[in-house]
Parts: sequence; structure tokens; C-alpha cells
Amino acid sequence: MGLGRASLRVALATVLLGASLLAAACGSAADEPEVRGTSGGERDVTLTVAAATSLAGALEEIGEGFRATRPGVEVTFTFDSSSAVARQIREGAPVDVFASADEISMTNLVDDGLIAGDPAIFARNELVIVTRPGNPTDIDSLADLSDAGVIALCGQDAPCGRYAAVALDGAGVVLDESKVTRGQNVRATLAAVVHGDAVAGIVYVTDALGAEDAVAAVAIPPDLNVVATYSIALAEDAGDARTAEAFVAYVRGDEAQAVLAAHGFLPPT
Amino acid sequence: MSRSGRRPPIPVVVVAALTVLFFSLPLVGILQRADWSTVWSDLTTDQAVDAIRLSMICSVSAAALSVVFGTPLAWVLARTAVPGRPLIRGLVLLPMVLPPVIGGVALLAAFSLRSPIGSWLHDAFGIQLTFSTAGAVVAATFVAMPFYVLTVEGALRGVDQRYEEVAASLGADRLTVFRRVTLPLIAPSVAAGAVLAWARALGEFGATITFAGNVEGRTRTLPLAVYLELESDEQAAIALSLVLLVVSLVVLVSLRDRWLVRR
Repeated sequence: MGLGRASLRVALATVLLGASLLAAACGSAADEPEVRGTSGGERDVTLTVAAATSLAGALEEIGEGFRATRPGVEVTFTFDSSSAVARQIREGAPVDVFASADEISMTNLVDDGLIAGDPAIFARNELVIVTRPGNPTDIDSLADLSDAGVIALCGQDAPCGRYAAVALDGAGVVLDESKVTRGQNVRATLAAVVHGDAVAGIVYVTDALGAEDAVAAVAIPPDLNVVATYSIALAEDAGDARTAEAFVAYVRGDEAQAVLAAHGFLPPT
Repeated sequence: MSRSGRRPPIPVVVVAALTVLFFSLPLVGILQRADWSTVWSDLTTDQAVDAIRLSMICSVSAAALSVVFGTPLAWVLARTAVPGRPLIRGLVLLPMVLPPVIGGVALLAAFSLRSPIGSWLHDAFGIQLTFSTAGAVVAATFVAMPFYVLTVEGALRGVDQRYEEVAASLGADRLTVFRRVTLPLIAPSVAAGAVLAWARALGEFGATITFAGNVEGRTRTLPLAVYLELESDEQAAIALSLVLLVVSLVVLVSLRDRWLVRR
């Protein structure tokens, strides 16, 4: 009978119920602000860390370590390209700590008065070419990318996209945009090579390491490579500044630095 | 609801009004954020024109493919007792509830160069769906066609079959009955289904970016362009969003009630 009147009525009722539940949920969420106080010692503190996608693996591990040193502290992460995360923070996302893969995204937030104190550089990274396992199309250099097929790069404003543009520019390689698929962050760019049909991509060394056998890595010589500097800072309106500060200090400390090194990051200096 | 002139219960109207507010506030928000002095120049850049053109090609193609392939399917689902019909219907409607990105992953598994079908298409015909406009059309059709099939199947079930029986008793063969009697009877639903499928295809994002990639001029449709522009040029992103909003709204409003709600 298809969409009869009775079923339409049921559908309408369902939609209305959904809307009212949603309204109720929003209402209660607004009524009960997140518990961030320091009254009960350090219990029930939730730290929200927004970071560059390339940091995902390392920061999650670091988060585990931080939690272990501070019972009752919960650390949640949100990852996207640094430029996307910066935009979210500008839109008022409740973030306590921001870790950026480039200085531009961080500086923009500093200029907007959304960062407390000075950002600290805590890691560096380099670019690498990734291809299918076994490098079937014989890509040996940035120059080989120009006639290889569809290449995966990050969006022009994501740090990995900006760095890749600098490296390609330095090598004098011009890629036809109709042969470039742009990932919204470095994970998506890597995925276009791992799962999709992109012939090659430019990502960070750490992403290639993390992908293990799913890709083959082709090194970019140091004179053409670009060094990405990662900085971390407290958001201006961090909920629990003390815990946020402690997290930033922990990321710069020996334990976290060892984790970063294990993921392939270079030390900050 | 014209059975009686009873006035609607107040709480229902209040909640319904809130729901309308819920749907209209985001629209108001984006209108209020738009910088009207730059909208036109933002919409006439090469990238914007490319994205608009590509979106029109993909969505119209997806709607057309839905009509061509969806109509016979809807007829089979509505009129025949094929074994496993619930399963078939479930399969066909799955993209409506599946997160589009998962649809994209599934399409990759089926049609990427590394899949048997994808490599065969490439070797035998030189067709590569990934990173091509054809791939973007496939992705859009995958997510949009269920809307068409659902609409038309419902209409077919509602058709009074006596008209068809009379036509058959007067000597019309089965194809003629379908063409001359059934199709005209369900024409409004065919149109409504095609428009719904088109609107869904126009907004398609997840399956497209996952399966067809994000290549300027080939697969970067309006929603992909909006997503990419959001980080570099917010006003350009808003201008492109306005195009999607206005076009979709105009079409959906012009879909008159009687097309969607059968009497």
C-alpha cells in the first residue's frame, strides 16, 4: 500500500518524538556543564585535545600514559587537519589543548587571541612519497609524480598540502590539478593510496611508517624535503588550565618524546 | 487530514512549529553569514563554475539512471513474487541508511582497479571509475536510486490493477499495458521519485569522496568543493552552499504535495 495516511501519521509522530527528545537532550546538556572544577582533587576532569591527524597514533598512546599518571583524568581527542581543527576552535569548539602540524594554523589562532601563552614546538616530521606496495609504477622521485597517474595530496590549506606544495615547487614539479585528488586530512590522503586507486601520494614519514606494508615509501632527498614543525598550546578558554598545562608538559617530557620517536617523529630541535 | 474540520491539538502544533524552527534556523544562519557583496564573484571563479557544472552533470545523470534502471526494478518488487523479495528490497534500500562513506568503501571494493570487476573494466574497455566523473555518477546513483525505487514501488502498489486487467482483456500485450496504462497512472510518482533521487544525488558527499576521490573538474562536486573551501575561503564555501540550498529548496517546494502524499 505504500505510504498510506496512517503510516505517514506514524512517521510524523516519530519525527516529532525524535525532535523533542533531541531538544530535551540538548537542554540537559546545557544545564549541566562539564565537571571540570578542581574541588574534588583531580577527579572527573575531562581534557579535550584537538590535534593534527598525523599525530593521532602517537597522541593516543601519549594520552594513555598521561592518564596512567593522573587517576580520574580523562583525555579525549579530536583529529583533523590542523587548519580544520583551527577553524573548529575559531567557531567555539570546547577545546583545552591544540596541537598543530604547522605554524600557520597555530599563529592564526594566536593572532585571534584564542591561545593562552606561547605555543611550544614539541616534534618535527618530514614528507615522503608513498606508492602501492612494491612500487609497481617505479616512482623514484618527486619528478616522477608528474606523469604517473592520479596523485593523492592533502587539501591546499591543510599543512600536509601546503608542505607538499613547497616540496613540489622546490623540485620544479607542476602537477595537473585534474590528476590530483585532495584528501581533507593526511589520513584521507593516505587512504586514497591504500584503499583507492591513487598511484602515489605525499604524506608524512610517520604516516608511511604507520601504514606498514600497505604502502611502499619513497624517500624525498633532504634538499627537497620540508620539515614540518609541530607546536602545542593551551586554548585561551581551557576548562581546567592546570590539567591542560600538565598535559602540554607531559607531551614535551621524556616519556612522550620516546613515544613520538617510536612513531617516527623527529625531536623538536 | 480533511476528514473533519476539527482543530488540531495545540501541543502537536507547538511541537511541529519547533520542528520547523529546527529545520529553518540553519538556513537562516547561513543566509546571515553570507557576504552578499562577494557572492557573485565567489560563484563565478573557475573552480566554482567547475563544481556547479559537475554537480549538475552528476545529479541529472544519477536521476536519469535511476529512472532507467529503477523503474523495472520497482515493477518487479511491486508486482511479482520473486523469491527473496524482502532481501532484494533490503539490498536496494540499504544505501538509504548506510553511511555514504561506507557505500564509498564498498564501491571501492567492487570497482577499484584492484578489484576483479574494476581491473576487467579497465583492461577490456579502458574504463576507470575511480577519480573519474563516471565514478562520481556511479556513487551518486548508488545513494540516490533507492529513493526512486521506493517512491515508484509504492505508487505501483497503489495502482488499481483493474485498469490493467481491462486493457489486457481488450487485447493489449503485457508491455503495451505497462507502457500505455501503468506508466501514465504512476507518472506523477515517477517524476517525484526522479526529483527526490536528483536532490539526493546533488547533495552526495561521502560515497563520492571515498570512491571517486576529490579531483578538480572531474569529481569535485559542489559538496566536495564546499568542504575543501571551508578551510581556505569561508565565503566561497558559503556561496557554494547557497547554490545547493536554493536549488534544492526550489525543487522540493515545487514538488507539490500530491506528488508525495497519495490520496
